[in-house]
Amino acid sequence: MATNLAQSQASDGSDQIASSVDSELESVVIRFAGDSGDGMQLTGTQFTHSTALMGTDLATFPDFPAEIRAPAGTTFGVSAYQINFGARKVMTAGDEPDVLVAMNPAALKVNLDALKPGGTVVVDTGSFGARNLTKAGYDENPLESGDLSPFNVIELDISKMTLESVKEFGLSNKEALRSKNMWTLGLMLWMYGRQRSSVVDWLRGKFAKRPEVADANIAALNAGHAFGETAELSGDLGQRTVGKAEVQPGVYRTITGAESLALGLVAGSKLADLNIMLGSYPITPASTLLHQLANLKQHGVVTFQAEDEIAAICAAIGASFAGSLGVTSSSGPGIALKTEAIGLAISTELPLVIVNSQRGGPSTGLPTKTEQSDLYQAVYGRNGDAPIPVIAASAPGECFFAAIEAVRIATKYMTPMILLTDGYLANAAEPWPIPDFDTLEPFPVSFVEANQEDFRAFRRDETTLGRNWAIPGTPGLEHRIGGIEKDYDSGNISYAADNHQRMTDLRAAKIEALGRDIPEQGIEQGDATGKVAVVGWGSTYGPIYRAVEMARAEGLEVSQIHVRHIWPLPSNMEELLSGFDHVMVPEMNNGQFATILRDQFLIDTFNVNQVNGQPFKVSDLVARIKELA
Amino acid sequence: MNELSPKKLTAKDFATDQEVRWCPGCGDYAILKAVQKTLADIEADPANTVFISGIGCSSRFPYYMATYGFHTIHGRAPAFATGVKLANPDLDVWLVTGDGDGLSIGGNHMLHVLRRNLDLQILLFNNEIYGLTKGQYSPTSRPGTRSPSSPTGSVESSLNPAAFALGSGARFIARTIDTDQKRMPGVLARAHAHKGASFVEIFQNCIVFNDAIFADFTDKAVAADRQIFLEHGQPVTFGKESQFGIRRTPGDLTLEVVNLEEQGLTTDDLLVHDETDHLLATMLVNVSGTEGFPVVLGVICCNPGESYDTQVSTQVEAAQEAKPNADMKELLYAGSTWEVS
Repeated sequence: MATNLAQSQASDGSDQIASSVDSELESVVIRFAGDSGDGMQLTGTQFTHSTALMGTDLATFPDFPAEIRAPAGTTFGVSAYQINFGARKVMTAGDEPDVLVAMNPAALKVNLDALKPGGTVVVDTGSFGARNLTKAGYDENPLESGDLSPFNVIELDISKMTLESVKEFGLSNKEALRSKNMWTLGLMLWMYGRQRSSVVDWLRGKFAKRPEVADANIAALNAGHAFGETAELSGDLGQRTVGKAEVQPGVYRTITGAESLALGLVAGSKLADLNIMLGSYPITPASTLLHQLANLKQHGVVTFQAEDEIAAICAAIGASFAGSLGVTSSSGPGIALKTEAIGLAISTELPLVIVNSQRGGPSTGLPTKTEQSDLYQAVYGRNGDAPIPVIAASAPGECFFAAIEAVRIATKYMTPMILLTDGYLANAAEPWPIPDFDTLEPFPVSFVEANQEDFRAFRRDETTLGRNWAIPGTPGLEHRIGGIEKDYDSGNISYAADNHQRMTDLRAAKIEALGRDIPEQGIEQGDATGKVAVVGWGSTYGPIYRAVEMARAEGLEVSQIHVRHIWPLPSNMEELLSGFDHVMVPEMNNGQFATILRDQFLIDTFNVNQVNGQPFKVSDLVARIKELA
Repeated sequence: MNELSPKKLTAKDFATDQEVRWCPGCGDYAILKAVQKTLADIEADPANTVFISGIGCSSRFPYYMATYGFHTIHGRAPAFATGVKLANPDLDVWLVTGDGDGLSIGGNHMLHVLRRNLDLQILLFNNEIYGLTKGQYSPTSRPGTRSPSSPTGSVESSLNPAAFALGSGARFIARTIDTDQKRMPGVLARAHAHKGASFVEIFQNCIVFNDAIFADFTDKAVAADRQIFLEHGQPVTFGKESQFGIRRTPGDLTLEVVNLEEQGLTTDDLLVHDETDHLLATMLVNVSGTEGFPVVLGVICCNPGESYDTQVSTQVEAAQEAKPNADMKELLYAGSTWEVS
């Protein structure tokens, strides 16, 4: 029933609209789900890559367990990858999948509730044996019980067909079954008219040292594709067409938030004319940035895998003291450990970029799930009056520009600063128009030159209040810095009462100076005044955008405001918000940004909060907007 | 005539105008003096020298050195030093710490900076007490130490800093005494000459909270009989008349003290110190100061290996040589791209 895929309309408030009931679809949401050892993340990323190369817009949502290899067949070991792709601008990974690929009973059990009514389920019957059914907690086989009657079920013995397709390569049964995901990918690529060539290239590269494994995987991929072609199935298993999106001309690549962040930091360092020294300790979901930067030594990037989170930031601060761009990257629990050192960087007025890829908290919380609950930590979480700039990235590709802005602020104002991303942004992929680096404005740093008369380590720029930067190795500028309160411009230890007042005021004034140097807050959609402003920050951009777009299409008086500069807030923010009857603040936390807005502007907010480890559903946001508009 | 050759600096040139704020009689004054003398002796360039410290009495040290300095946070000085050396491996880094800063709150960082063999000099002032927080016992305090936080005596066994350093993989370990102005500059110069992490334990007297804790081997009356100053390639002797020595116990994997005259032995029968012998260093630091054994001072081991910062720089340079034209555009366009027109 291919038509099912196309019946859903904008009225249901989702980000997956089909324009017609013919075979050309405007957008489709597929969720690949299986055991964490089934290779679902690879299947998803390869489908994504092939889709992007076709010029189709897309957004993805990888959702995997914290365990590397949870016991096979269990529900807590299920790993999933969702992609929404379409012939128009795709802003989210989609509320509900149109198609669920379930590689075992546990994957079906965990993901069936999310499937759109009337959606399609592709199952591997070969994995629906009694043992796996029991492990998944099924008393009765769902393929026989009628549980799946509301859906369009395609039962295929993928395990058996995979084994047949790789027979000639002489692999063990266990090894041969590992190609199941490629067979499935081949079928799905056929179903949506995607190319296999990029997957073949990728397999050849990945298994360069084991060509027989590459061959087996390619054979499985081709067999899955051929099955679709030759089985002469229609209707349920027919081929569908998803058109190309109308996107801006340019050269594109796919990019995840972690990749874009690494590129942005390198770009920022080049614009500042500095080398990067990243100090980092592995932590989910932030480690990818360490991996990315460790591969960019040719750009002068030094990475230091420290013995712990504290050493990671301290080394980054040491590097900044010596004239590099110190960067440290972690997630909430690691940032908590870095807190004392952040205070030292504030006190010594050294540039530092602190990246927090947020995850569910508190404590260890939900390491692989996304959340925005470290905002209080970023803005307020230190001893003493210790203000620090905070900005937030809103989309995978946008991490690039947020990182450049972070480097600009840190070096221009001689301050540590926090860049917030989250687990969703770090892992999600999207097609990205590659920016022209030459058009970005450089902001080169200049160190104090040797042998200055009357040198003062903390002499300040009158506008930014940032101190000058004199680095070890420069003759005549020998000086000492530290975390004890220091004199306003010499930097010598000073316990003088008036001086501490002056320095505390200075640290606040620096942030205020930055407030005059950031762009005024714009409006993403809608008018500058009206009934409802939906004010968001971070990775909720996509769902909020689509929700506001839909509400506006229904004639509701709603505008979208999405904030990158969290602290200090843009100078026009108060005036902007005062133009609306209601300020709605959706956040993946318990209301942290709303607290800041209330505190700063003495306004009421309508808070929409969700902390289930999943991105907002567009339909939920539309419903909340309707309560106000 | 000699405008081009700068005036040779003296110890005084390495002192700042800052008022030194240690207690009168503190051992730190003597160490400061010896370090300033050492820098003059080795003709250190103040512009290229960085002193890094954590928190504690000893950690005020950088403020009194006319070089670059960074007084950081408690226990973390090794991590800051690592960042400094990774940013600029040409800098000459000295780390000043104490038994609390370096072995308690900062024990983890000390372990790893030694294991990685970062090129720097670590001066650990061991006074077996917490000074700046007013006298609590430290990880090197002897069991039974009475202090404000252990009024009935501490029940913790004490850490042996040199043994800790050896276990962490340190390739240079030396020991000296705050008041030993004659020999300390030489030990410090040796530490400086070693490329890699050099660990120097300095027995430092805290006159206020732990006075005379090392008197059993530092007092002039007993010093000769209670100290061994090691010299590479030389037989290990001690005593006013060099009448005592150390030898490998025949038939056993231990060391023993001998009296040459009484036992009819000559220096040929004695242990010859070999700085590159790891097993020997392990025995020396473990018998040092135990019953019947004098305290072992001087350079206990020096066994150089490639330093961490050098290896990191080598990898970065190799990557840059392999891709000399790596620019931002190449990076942005890496991987598969497609054009929309």
